[in-house]
Amino acid sequence: MSATRTLVSPATLARPRGKALYWTVFTAVVLLFAFAFLFPVYWMVTGALKSPDEIAQTPPTLVPKQWHLGGYTDAWDLMQLPQHLWNTVVQAAGAWAFQIVFCTAAAYALSKLKPAFGKVILGGILATLMVPAQALVVPKYLTVADLPFIHTSLLNDPLAIWLPAVANAFNLYLLKRFFDQLPRDVLEAAEMDGAGKLRTLWSIVLPMSRPVLGVVSIFALVAVWQDFLWPLMVFSDTGKQPISVALVQLSQNIQLTVLIAAMVIASIPMVALFLVFQRHIIAGISAGSTKG
Amino acid sequence: MTKTAERRPVGKVAVRPVQAPPPAGDRRRRRLADQARAYGFLLGGLICFALFSWYPAIRAVVIAFQKYTPGSSPEWVGTANFTRVWHDPEFSAAWRNTLTFTLLALLIGFAIPFVMALVLNELRHAKAFFRVVVYLPVMIPPVVSALLWKWFYDPGAGLANEALRFLHLPTSNWSNGADTALISLVIVATWANMGGTVLIYLAALQSIPGELYEAAELDGANLLQRIRHVTIPQTRFVILMLMLLQIIATMQIFTEPFVITGGGPENATVTVLYLIYKYAFLYNDFGGACALSVMLLVLLGAFSAVYLRLTRSGEEDA
Repeated sequence: MSATRTLVSPATLARPRGKALYWTVFTAVVLLFAFAFLFPVYWMVTGALKSPDEIAQTPPTLVPKQWHLGGYTDAWDLMQLPQHLWNTVVQAAGAWAFQIVFCTAAAYALSKLKPAFGKVILGGILATLMVPAQALVVPKYLTVADLPFIHTSLLNDPLAIWLPAVANAFNLYLLKRFFDQLPRDVLEAAEMDGAGKLRTLWSIVLPMSRPVLGVVSIFALVAVWQDFLWPLMVFSDTGKQPISVALVQLSQNIQLTVLIAAMVIASIPMVALFLVFQRHIIAGISAGSTKG
Repeated sequence: MTKTAERRPVGKVAVRPVQAPPPAGDRRRRRLADQARAYGFLLGGLICFALFSWYPAIRAVVIAFQKYTPGSSPEWVGTANFTRVWHDPEFSAAWRNTLTFTLLALLIGFAIPFVMALVLNELRHAKAFFRVVVYLPVMIPPVVSALLWKWFYDPGAGLANEALRFLHLPTSNWSNGADTALISLVIVATWANMGGTVLIYLAALQSIPGELYEAAELDGANLLQRIRHVTIPQTRFVILMLMLLQIIATMQIFTEPFVITGGGPENATVTVLYLIYKYAFLYNDFGGACALSVMLLVLLGAFSAVYLRLTRSGEEDA
């Protein structure tokens, strides 16, 4: 392990007293993390396995006396989880696809095609970063409910998630900055070989942009999966609601063990995504700090 | 596609085939075609930004001065929406709660991850484990963490009171008590979101050159003095950035109060965004909702402007 010097010097740590102190602190942090972050998750997963009587009992049992899978199967059937999970998948996948296509194309145009007023447009896009999205949900809702010119309502339609997802200045700027760094001569070479702009984007720019496309993809998926206020406004039709909205709507009149099982099921996709891509996600967040 | 070997440029010395400059009319047509193509690529993105970012921002300001009911034509009402909202008893409660929430989130939600990152940076074992575990709650959907903590705070068999009983401490009403509800929600928000702050601050700590600590130690600085005179000044920019981000995020809090307390008890946890939601979807008063949105927008916009100014100047320094 590379010994970079931090707050405490390696010499102090090498001394017997330093060593003892280090391992004390280390154990304390492990216990604290296990209690603060892992235990609530454990409590949730096992809570759903308890019987309705056992979950209401005080003091609670640390391990379920008997494993009831009934909570999970009831949640799956009674709360129509397959339907809501499918809705969420459709919404997230569509938002991802729309963002990848339109944000990439726009970022490519702004970075390499020198459109007239490109600076003004980029300024307008970056200005939306200053306007936190949540503060504009009501006028955005009114716009989606009655689109200007064509007077169509997108309410209860996944397009109400997909289209606004494209207006993501952060992801677009991320892509544009990445494209800015691509060496000009490679693109020029492609053009000289007779490749059109679309062809250059498809077979030169995109393959070179895999890392940034990965980051944008994860951001896009996580954002839709975690969102609550916007889908709550847009999907009044129960059958169209994503899992987050359905959980809250159904939480009032459902048995506790069933609700908790549904919460576990709703968390699995994102936690799995995180565990699979944890290296990339953590590296992405850490890099974001130093590069702004 | 013509792929003749001679035409392909070698390395950086790309030799362009020499061509006679095209006549002026041709050049203009070509430039127009280039522009058309550029805008073709831009179009989808532009339409979405126009419809879902720029237009709603303008519309918020316009509707704030109108009596607006979907389906009928709006009426101009001057500043009536603002005065009506202003005199709503929930208005002052919402702002007081939002500001208290932000302050508490800065004290708790910022101090804890800060100390945690400082400690984690000193640990030489199980680094990956700590990073994954601290970020795990961030990946749990916010609705699930809110419902989870609502269950923990349950006065009957809730885990929070069980833990207090186990430690022989007096139990609390948590989110069900008027004076403890707000802090209970701050705890939830901190638990759910601090992973990001810890990871970003950890990255900043790792960029501090080790010689600075060595020099400080030679000068006889103890641990706290090293934190004060090396760590904090060296990461000042990231600290400020994270604080502003925290303020902007907390001022838009909605999910936790909506799911856990429903704004209660006695309006103790109504936030500004929650009030906006109520005006629009419970009172059907879109003018009032937009007037509130504009107020929130101005305040948040000011914070965001500072944040962007900071990140941009930070980029130039780097």
